[in-house]
Amino acid sequence: MAEQPLLSVENLTVQFRGDAGWVNAVEGVDFAVGAGECLGIVGESGSGKSVSALSILKLHSPANTRYASGAIRYGDRDLLTLPQRRLRQVRGGEIAMIFQDPMSSLNPVLTIADQIMEPLRQHQGLSVQAARRKAIELLDMVRISDASRRIDDYPHRLSGGMRQRVMIAIAVACRPRLLIADEPTTALDVTIQSQILELLRELQREIGMSVILITHDLGVVAEFAQRVVVMYAGRVVETASVPALFERPMHPYTEGLIRAVPNLDEDVHRLTTIPGSIPDPSMSITGCRFSPRCREAVQSCLEKPPSLVDAGAGHLARCPPRIAAGGIS
Amino acid sequence: MSAAPIVVVRDLVKTFVARGAALRAVDGVSFDVRQGETLGLVGESGSGKSTTGRILVGLEAATSGSINLFGQEISSVRGRVTPAAVRRRLQFVFQDPQNSLNPRMRAQDAIAEPLDVTGGWSRIARDDRVRELLEMVGLPRSCGDRFPHEFSGGQRQRIGIARALALKPDFVICDEPVSSLDVSMQAQIVNLLLDLQERLGLSYLFIAHDLAVVRSISTRVAVMYAGGIVELAPKRELYTSPRHPYTQALLAAVPRITSNRARAAVITGELPSQIDTVPGCTFHPRCPFALERCRIEKPKLREIAPGHLAACHLHETPA
Repeated sequence: MAEQPLLSVENLTVQFRGDAGWVNAVEGVDFAVGAGECLGIVGESGSGKSVSALSILKLHSPANTRYASGAIRYGDRDLLTLPQRRLRQVRGGEIAMIFQDPMSSLNPVLTIADQIMEPLRQHQGLSVQAARRKAIELLDMVRISDASRRIDDYPHRLSGGMRQRVMIAIAVACRPRLLIADEPTTALDVTIQSQILELLRELQREIGMSVILITHDLGVVAEFAQRVVVMYAGRVVETASVPALFERPMHPYTEGLIRAVPNLDEDVHRLTTIPGSIPDPSMSITGCRFSPRCREAVQSCLEKPPSLVDAGAGHLARCPPRIAAGGIS
Repeated sequence: MSAAPIVVVRDLVKTFVARGAALRAVDGVSFDVRQGETLGLVGESGSGKSTTGRILVGLEAATSGSINLFGQEISSVRGRVTPAAVRRRLQFVFQDPQNSLNPRMRAQDAIAEPLDVTGGWSRIARDDRVRELLEMVGLPRSCGDRFPHEFSGGQRQRIGIARALALKPDFVICDEPVSSLDVSMQAQIVNLLLDLQERLGLSYLFIAHDLAVVRSISTRVAVMYAGGIVELAPKRELYTSPRHPYTQALLAAVPRITSNRARAAVITGELPSQIDTVPGCTFHPRCPFALERCRIEKPKLREIAPGHLAACHLHETPA
């Protein structure tokens, strides 16, 4: 990524209103996605991966959300400060999004046709007939057979995999430059997941779009993304290329997470665990937020929050002791 | 492993009637669970794995078939006639510890409920047993007076397990017990189940869709598709030399971290609706190796190698 990235998130801090005042959901998040690249964001629940992604299009409820710091650079614009009207032109047009649960993200009382035609009419100003023709083409493109008949169905008539295909058709309708996919296959069975990932891969190539893939599944990231951002408790703890991250994880959390995934190709006596659990966002931890669970924590880890440091070749980690020791111990 | 089976299921069928159409959710399932082992039951949504578990524990009545628990024949068909003495040896751990615990019941009362229902426990003995169970599942002995929302997802599942163990069962059915948990929590719960099995001599039926999790806990694994078992084998054999094309496709579809990606072709299509019954093998519309015979005749689950069963015409020795 030598050239200018397509989109970059810089020092993003998002706060939500809690019972006892504002709570940092994500803090000082940095990542960038290049043109045509697929960036994976992985983390467990509460890591802030979805919060970060939804912030790109400011999809959080305005009354309970505060963007306390940061910028989201897209071309020469900052999406965080863009007026609502201009942001609406970007949403669904240049930047599109798909969600985990295709049932709750499709409108149950509108037909598939209505829902695919909406962005085409909105962003491209197509006539009803032209939009309908284009919608059928799009259903073909996402491999829904018998598209000209299926288009008048309501969402409940489709299986989960089919619904996700429809969501993808809506998302790519305006040939976006960036697709944000938030756990797009988590609700699907594994054989359907592989079909959807294959479809996304083909569309990415065809349209030349960038993809930000948010997932908790390390296997999905390993197979689909080129670069990965690992988040923990609202912060980025590591960023690297896919091969570097899986072959040489720097942060003890990343390493623990990779080891905790049960292996499909090997028998083990017991799984490797990370002790403890993810801290509540409102919990104040002075030093490194992973230190209460870290087997390698030293005094300095408990005293001040570590910064994200480049260990070389674009491999960044938020763990000064590991980096000082030259990576993996 | 030649331990005696404690659970014997034969030709189990469950038909649901929806809007006049019959849906065969479970379509002739047979298996054994042996003393001290874990039988993994793996499959995608709609495969019938959860319904099978629910019938065993008595949450659903079977349409036909036989179930023998601990040497006693259970009339599964007419529903809840399982004798209490058999019932208490068999317990269930649910998927979602959030919804399976009463939010207004303290942890200690949720855990003690089976004791209270069966009776015969003094107050002191009951409280001692609760503390013992808390400790057994890795929770502090003192946390019993807290409510479910004060625990994390992983801790709630520990409470669910403690509750299932209250009556000292021999056989525990775990239905997707770790699928709503994060990876780091998931590993803790799988290890806990393994430790408890070793310590208490439990047998498990472990129902899950995640093939890697199933491998980490099972002794033998049965793969279900569209209501039937298509393959059943000792764990290592199933994962290293799967014989049924569906098992092969399923294993190939799992995204892996390790780079040895001999990616098999993605199988097309989706699970058939069980209302329009597919003639022949239920997998043939998606099977890359389907023969003419597969479209007509339903293959039987038969032994193709010692202890390795598959329901596939490709593996039948020609007559």
